[in-house]
Amino acid sequence: MKYTISILVENHAGVLSRISGLFSRRGFNIDSLAVGVTDDPQISRITIVVNGSEYMVEQVEKQLNKLIDVIRLRRLKQNETVSRELMLVKVSCTVQTRSQIIDIVRVMDAKVCDISKTTLTAELCAETDQLKLFCDLLEPYHILEVVRTGTVALAKGDDVVTA
Amino acid sequence: MKMTVAQAMVRCLEAEGISVVFGLPGAAICPFYDALSRSSIRHILVRQEQNAAHAASGYARITNKPAVCIATSGPGALNLITGIATAYMDSIPLIVITGQVVRELLGRDVFQEADITGSCEPFVKHSYLVKDAASIPRIMKEAFHIASTGRKGPVLIDIPFDVQKETIPFSYPEQVQIRSYKPNTIGHPGQIKRVITALSKAKRPLICAGGGVFSADAQNSLVVFSNKTNIPIVTTMMGLSAVSPNDPHNLGMIGMHGCAGANRAMNSADIIMLIGARVGDRAIMSPMGLAQNTSIIHIDIDPAEIGKNIETDIPLVGDAKNILEELCEKSEKLHFESWYEPLRTKTHSSYPPYAGYIRPQYVIETLCAHCAPDAILCADVGQNQIWAARGFNIPNGRFLTSGGMGTMGYSIPAAYGAKLAAPDRQVIVVCGDGSFQMQMMELATLCANNIPVKIIIMNNGRLGMVRELQDNQYGGNKTAVFLDGNPNFVALAQSYGIPSVCVQTDTDVASAIDTMLSADGPYLLECTVSPSEPTL
Repeated sequence: MKYTISILVENHAGVLSRISGLFSRRGFNIDSLAVGVTDDPQISRITIVVNGSEYMVEQVEKQLNKLIDVIRLRRLKQNETVSRELMLVKVSCTVQTRSQIIDIVRVMDAKVCDISKTTLTAELCAETDQLKLFCDLLEPYHILEVVRTGTVALAKGDDVVTA
Repeated sequence: MKMTVAQAMVRCLEAEGISVVFGLPGAAICPFYDALSRSSIRHILVRQEQNAAHAASGYARITNKPAVCIATSGPGALNLITGIATAYMDSIPLIVITGQVVRELLGRDVFQEADITGSCEPFVKHSYLVKDAASIPRIMKEAFHIASTGRKGPVLIDIPFDVQKETIPFSYPEQVQIRSYKPNTIGHPGQIKRVITALSKAKRPLICAGGGVFSADAQNSLVVFSNKTNIPIVTTMMGLSAVSPNDPHNLGMIGMHGCAGANRAMNSADIIMLIGARVGDRAIMSPMGLAQNTSIIHIDIDPAEIGKNIETDIPLVGDAKNILEELCEKSEKLHFESWYEPLRTKTHSSYPPYAGYIRPQYVIETLCAHCAPDAILCADVGQNQIWAARGFNIPNGRFLTSGGMGTMGYSIPAAYGAKLAAPDRQVIVVCGDGSFQMQMMELATLCANNIPVKIIIMNNGRLGMVRELQDNQYGGNKTAVFLDGNPNFVALAQSYGIPSVCVQTDTDVASAIDTMLSADGPYLLECTVSPSEPTL
């Protein structure tokens, strides 16, 4: 089972290492981790997706909450959350395949962000399973490089995690 | 008022009421030591940094307030780690101050540079690498607050050499503002009600008290609660001495090395109230099985302990003292059959004496009978620890040991830390010949400061607990457990000017203990124990 946890932390040096260190030493597996500053420059928001049992995710939450730098923490409910992930994918292309690739990019609501004689780089911002589908579709054209940001997510509606 | 950061740190320590610190200097912490020497704070120079952390731990356990240890950068700081981890496992509040290389050289692998905040990450409650000189008063205030509230623990302050020398305007903040840290101390009223209801229906209720009882200073509240409700108590090793061994409700210590009565009580109770006990594997070996047959009430200040090692029926997060007082007020004397009477431990001295060796159980028994009723017994780790814990019988005494981490070499530094915190109480160390040799450099600290700690070495010439493990589980293939090359411990102590004798028969034990206890300064009593003496 995958769980998404949204964490507000003090924007200090060393906070990320405290959090990631906790995951490794307690044997929790991180699927993805995304960090960025919030509208308040003193606060960063970390979105972590973990894969594990209910017991494990509860332990993750409790141990995270013990860190002094963690201000607020919330497990986001799967169906009441907007989540996005950004991916850049560089695929090799030739004169023959370019238009086919661009078709896929269009259908998937992705964008071409760089193009050369032999390559095409597309960006897609979507939910994680869409990213997987996009990769599958591009696979036959030979993917050269992929980079993903990790999932970021917010609860839907007026449900707000604040400091 | 303007002063250097080093001076400001000393002022902060004074403001926190610190009168003794433990440490060993080096170049990177010299500005702080210079300022420290000009204050009224007493510095105890240890002979290896790990012992500074253990000594602070012993001091903190007795005062129940944060104690301070200091080391220099690099190897000095790294030597502290085992001590910090030992304190962390037992939730002991420490303020650890380490020197660090100058800011602009951080990360360049210069002489005596070690990333100590990084290395200690898993073993500290919180840590600071001080880069902004002006923040030191706030950091010191926060450090003391964090170490001493909630679940207590060590806080590390790593301070670069150049920061210590900077001049700052100083005022010590009166309050702490940490928006992310507000430990809950009051038990949830709804949960308290559930506990009362559960207890009122119980037929065989039992309290299992851990080290958290000391952290919350809840020893008295525990006894009052147990007396009022008539609920018997077992303790973990960390909770040992939270209740007097003479208390009619005290059934003794549980666990792998606990007493049979206490373990039987755990297995036959229908409700167990865990208080400040984290259900470590040496205390409760099969928590899943226990929780299947018994209702578990878990009282702990750390929410992360609830459900970590045992499934809980009624969790109750908060300060044990507050909660016990509230429970006491609201609960009645319970009427259940006196199910626990048959489980009360009988004082045993059933071990037959044998020639050439003394029986360690008899030493502990005699010691407890002859020492002051409020003496502090500081046990090391290994067979000596189990003999001491099982035999502990000092009416208002205190038992100190490295329960969670099981760190050999803990007892002597922790004991002199405790002695400095409670100069009027007798402090006695029980260690083995193996653990003694991990800390024997500290005899010098005892001498230099004339700290009258009494040391008993149970000398079996072995790493006894491992020897036993190899005998029982590795087909008797005894390897790397022979302490060949042991010094003459009596002569060694005497070379420090510490009076010392060795006893080899039970008949000499009582008078030797009396001589030891009546000696003015430190004293070392070596007891010759059979190499095949079992733990239990």
